[in-house]
Amino acid sequence: MDVLAPLIVIVLLAVVVWLVSGPLRAGASATEDPDVGRREDLEAAKEAKYREIRDAELDLRTGKLSEGDWRVIDRDLRAEAMELLRRLDELG
Amino acid sequence: MATVGQACLILALATCAYGIGASLYGASAGRRDWVESGRRSVYALAVLATAAFAILIAAFLRSDFHFTVVATHSSTTTPTFYRAAAAWSSQEGSLLLWVWLLSLWSSLVLFLVRRRLRDVAPYATAVLLGFGAFFTALLVFSVTPFHTVASAPAEGTGLNPLLRHPSMMIHPPMLYSGYTLWAIPFAFAIGALVVRRVDADWIRATRRFALAAWFFLGVGILLGARWSYAELGWGGYWAWDPVENASLLPWLTGTAFLHSVMVQEKRGMLKVWNVSLILATGTLAILGTFLVRSGILDSIHAFGASTLGVPFVSLIGVMIAGSVALIVTRRASLRTEHRLDSLLSREAVFLGNNLVLVGLAFVVFWGTFFPLISEAVTGEKAAVGPPWFDRYTVPLALVLVLLSGIGPVIAWRRATLANARRNFKWPIVAAAVTLVALIAFGVTQNVAAMTMFAVAAFVVTVVGQELVRGVSARRAMANEGPARALVSLVSRNRRRYGGYTVHVGMAVLFVGVAASTAFQHARDVRLSPGQTAAIGGYDVTYTNATARADYRGDRLERVNLGAVLDVKRKGRHVTTLRTERGYYPSTAAFASGSIVQGIFEGEATSEVGMKAGLTHDLWTAIRPDPEYLNKVIDALAAKTKGRSVDQQFTAVGNLLGVYRQGAFPAQFRLISSPLVTWIWLGGIVVFCGGLIALWPAPDAARRRATAGYAGRVARELGRA
Amino acid sequence: MDPSRKRRIRLVVALTAALLLAGALAYTSFSASSAAVGPSRLLASADAGRTYQLTGKVVDGSISHRGDATLFRVRDRNGRASVPVSYVGTVPDPFRDGREVIVTVRKKGGVFVGERDSLITKCPSKFTDKPASNT
Repeated sequence: MDVLAPLIVIVLLAVVVWLVSGPLRAGASATEDPDVGRREDLEAAKEAKYREIRDAELDLRTGKLSEGDWRVIDRDLRAEAMELLRRLDELG
Repeated sequence: MATVGQACLILALATCAYGIGASLYGASAGRRDWVESGRRSVYALAVLATAAFAILIAAFLRSDFHFTVVATHSSTTTPTFYRAAAAWSSQEGSLLLWVWLLSLWSSLVLFLVRRRLRDVAPYATAVLLGFGAFFTALLVFSVTPFHTVASAPAEGTGLNPLLRHPSMMIHPPMLYSGYTLWAIPFAFAIGALVVRRVDADWIRATRRFALAAWFFLGVGILLGARWSYAELGWGGYWAWDPVENASLLPWLTGTAFLHSVMVQEKRGMLKVWNVSLILATGTLAILGTFLVRSGILDSIHAFGASTLGVPFVSLIGVMIAGSVALIVTRRASLRTEHRLDSLLSREAVFLGNNLVLVGLAFVVFWGTFFPLISEAVTGEKAAVGPPWFDRYTVPLALVLVLLSGIGPVIAWRRATLANARRNFKWPIVAAAVTLVALIAFGVTQNVAAMTMFAVAAFVVTVVGQELVRGVSARRAMANEGPARALVSLVSRNRRRYGGYTVHVGMAVLFVGVAASTAFQHARDVRLSPGQTAAIGGYDVTYTNATARADYRGDRLERVNLGAVLDVKRKGRHVTTLRTERGYYPSTAAFASGSIVQGIFEGEATSEVGMKAGLTHDLWTAIRPDPEYLNKVIDALAAKTKGRSVDQQFTAVGNLLGVYRQGAFPAQFRLISSPLVTWIWLGGIVVFCGGLIALWPAPDAARRRATAGYAGRVARELGRA
Repeated sequence: MDPSRKRRIRLVVALTAALLLAGALAYTSFSASSAAVGPSRLLASADAGRTYQLTGKVVDGSISHRGDATLFRVRDRNGRASVPVSYVGTVPDPFRDGREVIVTVRKKGGVFVGERDSLITKCPSKFTDKPASNT
C-alpha cells in the first residue's frame, strides 16, 4: 500500500501533464484552420434563424400572427438567413 | 488511498490555477494552443475530481473508519445505499461533490463548443476553473475529506435517521447539479461581457445547460418539499425556512432568465436584463451553497458556525462586484436593438414576467435575511414568519400564473383587438365558468385560492387551444392523423410545447398549493385506544396500539411504537391508517449494558400514516408518550443490566408487550388536506415539459456530424 | 406624445411603483417581525404580550407533557439562564434534551407561551468542523 499510493499519484500527474500539454507540444502547426470556429458559429446562427422562420410560420398557422405581419417578418428573417449563407460560402 | 485522494485534490488545485493562467494568456495573446491547453485543464480537473470522489465513496462503502469523515457520518449498520449517500451529508463530501459535478458539466460544455465562440470560451474556461480552484482550495486547506487516523474506531457515528429516506439522499445531488449547471451560463456570460460579444451566441451555446440547471434545481426543491410532507411529523411541505428559500432564489431568477433570453433572441431586447439575471442566478447559487453551512441564519438546517464563512462571503463579494463592473462598463454593447412598442405585447409580458419573478426573489431574499438586516438597522435581530412571506408571494404568484397564460398567445410588438379576441375568448370563458362553479358549490371562503383556480383554468385552456390549433395546422401542412400530428408537432417544436407543458404543470401545482393551504383541516388531539376524533368530515378512531422492534443481526436497530387508526366517513369505513414513531437506541445504552434503558434516549423519527388521493390527503403522525413506560423500563433495566444480549432482547420484547396492552394515550396530528397530490402531479408535468424542451432535435445532431466531417476533410487536405 | 417621452414616463412610473412596494415590504417586515432573543435576554427584559423568537437549547430533563401542551425549559446556548415554555402544536422529530430550538413565544405571567406550530428544532450538527456525536 505504501508503494502503491505514490505510484498512483505519479501516474495521475503524468496523465494530467500529458493531457494538458498536448496542444502546446503539437505547437503552432497543429492549430486548426481558424475558419472552422467562424464556420461553426455561423452554422449555429443559421440553425437558429431557420428555427425562427419555422416558428413564425407556426405562429401564422395557429393564429398568433396576421398574414400581413407574418409576410414582413418572414421576408426579414429569410433575408438574414441568406446573408448567413452568403458568409458561410465566403469562408469556403 | 487517502493520500492518493489528497494528492488528487492538490493536483486539481494546481491544474485549475494553471488552466486559468493558460486560458487568459492564450486569449490575450491570441495563442490557440494555450487556450486549448486551458480547456484540457478542465478535462484534467474532471479526471482528478472523479478519482478523488471515487476514493471517498469507496471509503464510505467499505466503512473505512480510518477516514474521519466516514467515522463521523456513517456506521456499519447503515444500509449500503445510504452509506454512499452519507458521503455528501458531510461538509467535506458535499464540497467534493460540488467540484466533481462542476468539472463534469464544464468538460461537457467546453467539449461541445470547442470550435465555437472562440473569443468567449477562454474567459468562460477561466471562470469555471476559478470556481474549481475556490472549492478545491477549501478542500485542500480547510476541510479535507481525506483526513485519517492511525487507529480506526470500531464503529462510526452513523447517519442521522431522519436522512434515511431516498428523497433526502437524491436531494443534495439534484440541488448541486442545479447550482453547478448554473455556473456554465454564468461563466459564458462573463466571457461574453469581457470580449463585448453580447449577441445571442453565448445564450444559444449554453441554453441546454441553463435549462438543465433549472430542471435539476427544481427537482431538488420539490424533492425537499415532498420529504418534508411525507417524512417529517408536521405535515407541511414548505416553511419559508432560510435554507429552503436559499435554493428557491436562484430558481426564481433562473426562470426569469430562461424566458427573458427568448426576447433577446427574437428582438435583440432585454440584453441588460439577461446578463443581470444570469449573473444574479450564479451568485445566488453560490449564496445558497454557502447558507446551508454558514450558521449566520437561524434555521432548521443551518448548522454551527463554520470556518468557511469568510471565503464564501469573499467569493460572493467578488462575483457581485465583478458582475456590476462588467455590466456597467459594457453597457454600450448591451444597448437594446428595438424598443417596446406597446405595453400590450409579448415583449411587455416577458418584461412583466421578469419583474414578477425578480419581485418574488426580492421578497424571499428580504424575508430570509431580515434578521441580519434588522440587526444592522436596529441593532436587534428580528425574524419574520410564514404569514409575512405568504402576504407578498401569493399575489405575485397569481400574477405569474396569469402571465404564463397570456404570454404564449399574445402577439409580438403590438397586440390588436382582433388578435386578443381570437386568442383569449375561450380562456376567459373557462376562467369565468370556473369562478361561477366555485361560487355555486359554496367554495368562497378564500379569495386568493378562488382566483388561483380561475387563473389556472385560463392557463390550461390557453395551452389546450394552442395544441388544438397546432395540430390542425400540422394536419393542413402534412396530411397526418391527429395523433401523429400531435407527436410530430411537439417533436418539431420541443421548446415551445415543452414550455407550454411546464406552464400547465405549474398551474396544476399552484392549484394544489392553493387548495391545500386554504382548505386544510388540521388538529392535534390526544387519544386513548377506543377514542375518536373528527377531522374535516372524517371520524378517526384509535383502534389499537402497535409496538415492534427492528433487529439487525445482533443489534437492536429501532423500536417502533405506533397506532392503527380506523377512518370512517358518515359511518362508512374509508381507510385504515398506520402510523409509528421509530426510536433509535443511543449507542451509550449499548455501552452501559442496558439496552432497554437506552431505547428512548436516541433519535426519533416519524412514520407518517397517509392516505393520498386525487382529491384529498388524509395525514396523521403519532407522538406516543414513552414516559408512561418509565417505571416498567426502570424495573426491566434493573433486572437485565449486564446480562446476555438474548435476555436484554427479551426485556425489550416484554416492554413492547406492555405498551401494546397498556391502552396509553398518545398525541396525534391529524390533517385533512385537499388536492395535495396535485402538487406532486403538477411537478411531474413540469419536469416532463422540461425534458421535452431539453431533448436534442435529431436533425441538428446529424447536421452537426456532417459539418464535422467536411471540416476534417478540409483540414487534412490543407495538411497534405 | 412622442415615443421617447412615453418611455420615460413608463420608466418613472415603474420605478416609483417599485420603490413604493419595496417601502411597504420593508415597513411591514419591521412591524410584523419578532425579535430573536436568547433566554437571558428574555429574563432580563420581556414585555408581556409582545412576541419573541426564542432561540436556545432544551434543558436536559425538562420536557414533560400536560394535556395537549408540551412543557420544557430553554437555556442559553452557552450559559445556564433558562426560561419555561408551554407549547401546543407540532413537535418536530429531532426535539429532545440538549437540542437547539427556535420557538415564537409570548410572555404570560411567569411562563412563556409558545405560538402554535412555531417550534423548530435544528437538525443536529452536520456541517460543523467538529465531529458530531450521536446525542
